[in-house]
Amino acid sequence: MADYEVPKLKGEGYVEIPTIKPDAMAGKGPFIAKPDFQKALHFPSDFQAAENGKFELVPDWKERALTKLDDLRHRYRSLQLYLDICVKCGACTDKCHYYIGTHDPKNMPVARQDLLRKVYRRYFTFAGKHFPKLVGAVDLTEEVVDDWYNYYHQCSQCRRCSVYCPYGIDTAEVSMAAREILDHIGRGSKYNNEIISKVFKVGNNLGLPQPALADTLEGLEEDVEADTGIKVRFPLDEEGAEVLLVTPSADFFAEPHVDGLMGYAKVFHEAGISWTLSSYASEGANFGMFIGSYENMRRIALRIREAAIKLKVKRIVFGECGHAWRVAYSFLNTLAGPFDFLDPKYPVPQHILEVTWGLIQDGKLVIDKSQNDDKVLTFHDSCNVARGSRMGDKPGGQFEYPRNVIKAVCNHFVDMPADTIHDATYCCGGGGGLLTDDLMELRIKGAQPRMEALKYVTEQQGVTHMAAICAICKSQFTKVIPYYGFKMEQIVSVHQLVSKALVLQRQVSVQACPDEDDDDNDDA
Amino acid sequence: MTFVSILYGLLFWAATLILVVGVGRRIYFYMQIPVPLKIPTTPAPITQGGVVWRMFREVVFFQSLFRASKYTWLFAFLFHMALWLVLLRHTRYFMEIGAFLSFIQPFGKYASFAMVLGLTGLLARRILVDRVRYISAPSDFLMLALLMGIGLSGMLMTFVAHTDIVMVKGFFRGLITFDFSPLPASPILLLHLLLVAVLMLVFPISKLMHAPGVFLSPTRNQVDNPREKRHISKWALELEQQQKTYLDEVKHG
Repeated sequence: MADYEVPKLKGEGYVEIPTIKPDAMAGKGPFIAKPDFQKALHFPSDFQAAENGKFELVPDWKERALTKLDDLRHRYRSLQLYLDICVKCGACTDKCHYYIGTHDPKNMPVARQDLLRKVYRRYFTFAGKHFPKLVGAVDLTEEVVDDWYNYYHQCSQCRRCSVYCPYGIDTAEVSMAAREILDHIGRGSKYNNEIISKVFKVGNNLGLPQPALADTLEGLEEDVEADTGIKVRFPLDEEGAEVLLVTPSADFFAEPHVDGLMGYAKVFHEAGISWTLSSYASEGANFGMFIGSYENMRRIALRIREAAIKLKVKRIVFGECGHAWRVAYSFLNTLAGPFDFLDPKYPVPQHILEVTWGLIQDGKLVIDKSQNDDKVLTFHDSCNVARGSRMGDKPGGQFEYPRNVIKAVCNHFVDMPADTIHDATYCCGGGGGLLTDDLMELRIKGAQPRMEALKYVTEQQGVTHMAAICAICKSQFTKVIPYYGFKMEQIVSVHQLVSKALVLQRQVSVQACPDEDDDDNDDA
Repeated sequence: MTFVSILYGLLFWAATLILVVGVGRRIYFYMQIPVPLKIPTTPAPITQGGVVWRMFREVVFFQSLFRASKYTWLFAFLFHMALWLVLLRHTRYFMEIGAFLSFIQPFGKYASFAMVLGLTGLLARRILVDRVRYISAPSDFLMLALLMGIGLSGMLMTFVAHTDIVMVKGFFRGLITFDFSPLPASPILLLHLLLVAVLMLVFPISKLMHAPGVFLSPTRNQVDNPREKRHISKWALELEQQQKTYLDEVKHG
């Protein structure tokens, strides 16, 4: 573990609001994307590496940045309105986990918005044009661009601030717009844009090609068979399956993600639902959202539509992934709909928890809760699921479904303090395109509020494990949690718990293939 | 007619015009900007009626602010609700007093204390809380000062140095009916009216647009039904219909 200054936990379940410490997180921001990656995403790539190892901005960057800002404010009402109507009441100032963890005032949501707002005011409003000092408007300079790049990559777009804003101002909307502007002047983030270009090339964020994926899935089939004696299938590119499962690619190999994937497979197996993964759309997490690019987000989403058509499935189900679920639930129909070629009996798309909870309610799954008796669980509401989506047909279902499933498969469950769960949940500290090692200090500090809540229930109620339903939360927590004195095994997938407690009754998969060498499915 | 009366008459005509036209144009501007994605802050209502109820709780009770900060909520709520009462009471300068207006007169009168108290609280917060001080521009202080100036000068006339309100009513009725009559020559009244006119003038170009703006905020006014009903904006539909990936490939016209 590298050395970082780790916030001290009090163990009282709440965080104290720090006094501001200007420039505490001043810096260069994450690694910058090379022109090649910018080009793959259709962003300007007419910039070069500078001598100091950094990158230059594109020529005419100032005009191009302002043109983009003008374009965006005429295409997104949220942006225009939110730049205009903030009254600086301060309601959001103590709500961001990054502010709490870093004490840097530019990590207060309103101050983060102001980085863009003050430039917007200078060039596009009467007051800012004529009385810049009065309204805090500033010229667009390279220093401002550096601040944008640094601080708009200290926002995980978790929307917690938007819950508390009296006008619903969502800093995520502003930070997405800022990132899109930055992408147009040679300041894309390497982490996000490299990943998106991998999706375009290979189909998933990890750049895992079809043969490697097939191999991995075969390995998982063997693991489950060795464990249970039953051949639970993990089908890939199987035409005619009922369900297309789209899941974050981290589910294919990362811990504890992969245990969740085994859980989905067992649930489908047991319910007799035929399903398949697609190598062409082998990624649930849509990073196009992080960079605020509707076009790239849509380009990624359309792969799912194409895969669904090609594989002739009847339903689309998403695995455990927070941002994936927001894009899936809230945006997929917009980006890649209409889905009139799917079975109208099911919502498009469905969350795996909606499938599992439905089966549990219908008594279709045999559960042995005692299998999880070695654990006392709590549940971390993922930010984008909590505040940007829903499960089931009632508002707030996104809080009930995961808890219902956990309680159905575990005997011991407690919730963390009320102001850290449901729509008041804190981001894990690694969401929104920040899950990269070059932002490690930020990630550790941003996790503080959640760690504080976890420590409280650990000490007060004996919690041993925290379940999550997001690939980023799981990766971030397993990496960051040791800094706070916990063990990475304490983070579990919800379907990992399901997997443990599910007693398989069905001996032969509905998709059992008689011929074992049948792995020459055509590649997309 | 005094020179001052003519000047103030013109000022209020201009201020009213700019307020109404300016705010109207701004609202129209916001309304015609597309909302390409479904972004309600969830849990969100799943029906239009539910959205109306959510918005009602937001604009009448300041629900989100209440969750955020009890002090800010208290001061903001005091100020806004008192302002409504005071404004209602002021309609007596434009129209005949009916039963309702007579009933609320005393409430409106004493609401001015609550209004100034609320403003004082908000100002204190802006100065004393380091976070709020950090995000405040000079205009944020000036806006509070302007509102406090209006409140205090009004209270002076109500409780200390009375002005001839029958004449005031005559003046404003005159502006509406073109049957002009002069303003009383009271410095406090002139100050009060000047500050009110300034407030009206800056309304459309300032953060005061939060008042109409909140109704248009997508995170608060959208129905949570993306799976049931396809939501698509005009520019996104163009992209789709022309089967393009990027907007700069779309042909217009």
